Amino acid sequence: MNQGNEMNQALAIQCRDITLRIQNQPILESINLAIPSDRFLSIVGPNGAGKSMLIKIILGLTTPNTGKILVLGQRPQNLIPCDVGYVPQRKAFDSRFPAKTEELVLSGKTHRWPFFINSQQKHDVRDALSRLQSEHLYGKSVHELSGGELQRVFLARAFIEPRKILILDEPAAGIDTFGESDLYKILEDYRDDTKALVILVTHDLEVALHHSSDVLLINKKQIAFGNPPETLSQENIHRAFGHSMHEHHGSHE
Amino acid sequence: MIEVLQYPFMFRALVACILIGGLASYLSCFIVQRRMSFLGSGLAHSCLGGVALALWLDVEPLFLVSLFSVFVSMAIAWTTQNTQLEQDTSIGIFFSMATALGIIFLSLRTQYTGDATTYLFGSILTVQNSDLYYAGGFCLLLGLLFPMWSRWSYAGFDRDLAQADRIRVKRDDYLLHFVLALAVVLCLKVLGIILLAAFLVIPAASARMISKSFTSMTIKSVAIGILSSVGGLYLSYVYDLPSGATIILVQSALFIGIALSMRLSRFG
Repeated sequence: MNQGNEMNQALAIQCRDITLRIQNQPILESINLAIPSDRFLSIVGPNGAGKSMLIKIILGLTTPNTGKILVLGQRPQNLIPCDVGYVPQRKAFDSRFPAKTEELVLSGKTHRWPFFINSQQKHDVRDALSRLQSEHLYGKSVHELSGGELQRVFLARAFIEPRKILILDEPAAGIDTFGESDLYKILEDYRDDTKALVILVTHDLEVALHHSSDVLLINKKQIAFGNPPETLSQENIHRAFGHSMHEHHGSHE
Repeated sequence: MIEVLQYPFMFRALVACILIGGLASYLSCFIVQRRMSFLGSGLAHSCLGGVALALWLDVEPLFLVSLFSVFVSMAIAWTTQNTQLEQDTSIGIFFSMATALGIIFLSLRTQYTGDATTYLFGSILTVQNSDLYYAGGFCLLLGLLFPMWSRWSYAGFDRDLAQADRIRVKRDDYLLHFVLALAVVLCLKVLGIILLAAFLVIPAASARMISKSFTSMTIKSVAIGILSSVGGLYLSYVYDLPSGATIILVQSALFIGIALSMRLSRFG
């Protein structure tokens, strides 16, 4: 892995000394990350650790106060939309906006809200949905989807085009009709097929330990970055969460 | 209704209703969806500043009214994007400011200010050919800007997703505020300041209840806007009622009818 001083263009994501402050509150401090394609990166940390803000920086939605970041060799603001698939944290949609499943899925390819869907596009949408065994969701209103169904629709939206980076922000939060192990199997298969960099934001340490190739552990500051067992050592976890991995799990039950 | 159209003023009124009914109901989709209905009301009231200034200076109001409306709309957009204030707060400030200016200008005018009421309540009989040309030109502009539909609606659905797809949502917001300001001015003569806000809300609100996609909401809203305007105009002619108020009552009746039938069908 490149640890040198030069920014390496070949890496999928490289950031150096990223710092982000919002209204003078530190959100992220000295984040350093260098990761090539064909990896499965978990970004782990407690609630409020700045995980989602780091994703926003990678997507070019927020600019860090200091530090440098290159995504696919470019400034995030200059990224081509089709290169990055983004599955946002599950949130309630604004019900004032009537939207159908196929429109949401297709927006991942058109990068605009579709006014009209032609037969080729219908085919593409069905194809993407079928990869998640979700063809039956075609034609439904997004407001009547369950959390798990919406998750799959968002994944289909990301899968409708080949991506170089696939980002999922806390996807496990709403998995109900969708066995969790299936999701990680799908992500691992996707990585094998496309050689993309898969990024998973999670506070689930077990998931990070068992499914990822690399882990970034943060709590505003970077605690550790590297292979899962070393990064998620008892000591590092204590530094990030303020308690041990075992206790963390206890509090969930 | 055909023989009615032999009167030039009625023909102009019909064309005006079709044009402004269409453009207002198209934009109303974005107003309803983005919770901006107070903006329509605020912009309509800020037109009073331009109307009063034009009456005082004794010039054609359209240009000065547009100036007031666009200025207030841009000021609201800027304040919303660059301060921590909510949009309704900045609307409240700027529309009161423009209205206050209007009241001052009216008081400076020594002659009779009766024509101001035309703008308060609207009067379709005052529509001139030049008004139709402006409305037609604006509809053409909206047609040329139709690609913006996909961007405005995407940002309305989810701002972050739109931004991640490299849509410049802030710039698009200014453009939406700009066309809304002009649309308000064009509807002013027919609807009047007081009724205008409803005209910019009811068609899309009615369409929302019977639509599963934003595309169908837009199409239904435009259909409702045009049909209710023409229907309202016809009823106002037959029963000799003020046209703006009749149009709004037709739209309100339609809205209530749809709301009730949706409610009934859910429990039926």
